[in-house]
Amino acid sequence: MHTDALQATPLITGGKRATDVTRDVCGPLEGRPSKLWYLGMAAALSAFGLGALAVGYQVANGIGTWGLNRTVGWGFDITNFVFWVGIGHAGTLISAVLLLFRQKWRTSINRSAEAMTIFAVICAGIYPVIHMGRPWLAYWVFPYPNARGPLWVNFRSALLWDVFAIGTYFTISLVFWYIGLIPDLATVRDRATGLRKKIFNVLSFGWVGSARTWSRYETCCVLLAALATPLVVSVHSVVSTDFATSVIPGWHATLFPPYFVIGAVFSGFAMVLTLMIIARKVMHFENYITMKHIHAMCKVLVFTGSIVAAAYLTEIFTAWYSGSSYEQFVFLNRAGGPFAWAFWIMVSCNVITPQLLWIKRVRNSVLAIFILSLLVNVGMWFERFVIIVTSLHRDFLPSSWSGYIPTKIEFGSLIFGFGLFFTLFLLFCRFLPMIAMFEVKAVLERPEPKELPQSPSENEEVAA
Amino acid sequence: MMRRLHIGFFDDEQRLLSAARECRDRGIPVLDAISPFPVHGIDEALGIEPSRLPWVTLAGGAVGATLGLLLQYWTAGVNWPLNIGGKPLDSFPAFVPVAFELTILFAGLATAGALLLRSGIWPGKRHKPGFEATTDGSHALILEERDASFEPGAYRELLLRHGAERSEEREEVIS
Repeated sequence: MHTDALQATPLITGGKRATDVTRDVCGPLEGRPSKLWYLGMAAALSAFGLGALAVGYQVANGIGTWGLNRTVGWGFDITNFVFWVGIGHAGTLISAVLLLFRQKWRTSINRSAEAMTIFAVICAGIYPVIHMGRPWLAYWVFPYPNARGPLWVNFRSALLWDVFAIGTYFTISLVFWYIGLIPDLATVRDRATGLRKKIFNVLSFGWVGSARTWSRYETCCVLLAALATPLVVSVHSVVSTDFATSVIPGWHATLFPPYFVIGAVFSGFAMVLTLMIIARKVMHFENYITMKHIHAMCKVLVFTGSIVAAAYLTEIFTAWYSGSSYEQFVFLNRAGGPFAWAFWIMVSCNVITPQLLWIKRVRNSVLAIFILSLLVNVGMWFERFVIIVTSLHRDFLPSSWSGYIPTKIEFGSLIFGFGLFFTLFLLFCRFLPMIAMFEVKAVLERPEPKELPQSPSENEEVAA
Repeated sequence: MMRRLHIGFFDDEQRLLSAARECRDRGIPVLDAISPFPVHGIDEALGIEPSRLPWVTLAGGAVGATLGLLLQYWTAGVNWPLNIGGKPLDSFPAFVPVAFELTILFAGLATAGALLLRSGIWPGKRHKPGFEATTDGSHALILEERDASFEPGAYRELLLRHGAERSEEREEVIS
């Protein structure tokens, strides 16, 4: 195999040719699903069903079924919302930012990472809607001419910015992902027969792959990536302003936008790692999602994890340096108050364990990376929980201090998100090509051509 | 009217490129090149101009930004002026996030829409038959026989000389 000094190990191993890529990626879609897939689907659907019961019960009876109270007005609902929005960020980072930086290793994982983004944003969107208590009036968040005045939405509110940020993020991610899918859907179409061919014929938009279309297509992808990059930064910044524009100690910090964005990338990459480690094992994609890809993601994880740690320290320093006793109390209360356990889970999973990735032995063990990535997911969920609940439960006025005990309906809504996410992801793995075949084909290492093509000038007389 | 096409199928994009370059240098009309992935250098070999999509993005973004700001100023300051926390009616900094999101939304949708329109692809469009291999691993170069200056055998010879795995002739009805 051809290698050079700069690229000692190839991106795709196993000496794959373009036709092998098609076969390997389309194969699993054409056969029957494996037992593992059914098992995963059964687990995901059970979680989804159980969660749907809890959410249904809550919608029918109101948010009094949750453990929220006068002081702690946001709990699991907004924690889940911020968690899922954050998960989505890695998908966009991989597909858009790494495209702009011409990082070729993204090609094996960008499709599934972006699918993850879309499913995570769907999950995220559910929580604010059910938190409204009357979700059937959710359309009131849109500025449309109405019979109430018209009384318009309040554009000076960070909560409304969320509607636009999440809405745009979902739409643009979906469009970018689908445009990326079109050439691969055409590949599936050309291999399929019968009903599948008909379906994929509709889905693939009549794609052929002419040079002119490819040229336009590549321009379009770069443009969408250039639009998605500031978008992804804006989305979690806007989410952070839900907190930062308030006056609650622990929320009212200018650090919040970058802190949230980097936390989102951190948690998102952990989720990508979790999913990819499972996918490469279950779908036998070891030659496509190689240790090189996993190592690259580990590097991003340790880098973003260190920035998250720096952000935690900055927060604590700012609280001390501000001289505000309320600010200082919040941080002392986080580390030693009733929710100290949540704070220390957050610190252990986000600050301490990811640093183990500096050690080569840890980085070479897929199992260790898998466990670490799960821990980061746990830690980042708790980060949002800590930010939201510990800041709220000790109000300015000690007489309104309270606790927060989530009810089983809230645990149900937490499970609902995971059930929905994994159901969608497993359906995606089953029915759509989860590796961007055309992009992988373009970065394959090719064997040296057997004979050099002749230059036209030498053959003038032969052809004429 | 009928036109006669000579199609060469290549397994390697370097061969496709060298064949396309020779056609360009000798003035042989190349109708199209079909590839399973974007081949770098084919634009130049076929004389494809850079896409003008960025202008569509710019226009879409400008429309989004304008509409976003107008929407906010008109609803919050003109149609139903509301005093919210004593903030001024002209709350420009607060209007930036929504205007920004709408800029991105309009620019992105305009770009994607323009791609579909200009490339003539849409849901359910029937695809050209006979190019199933090109979504797998094969590249096709389609030459058009436009006049009698080359004998038909010369096209086939050119394609095979550059390493085409196979070449075929097709007649196509053009209206």
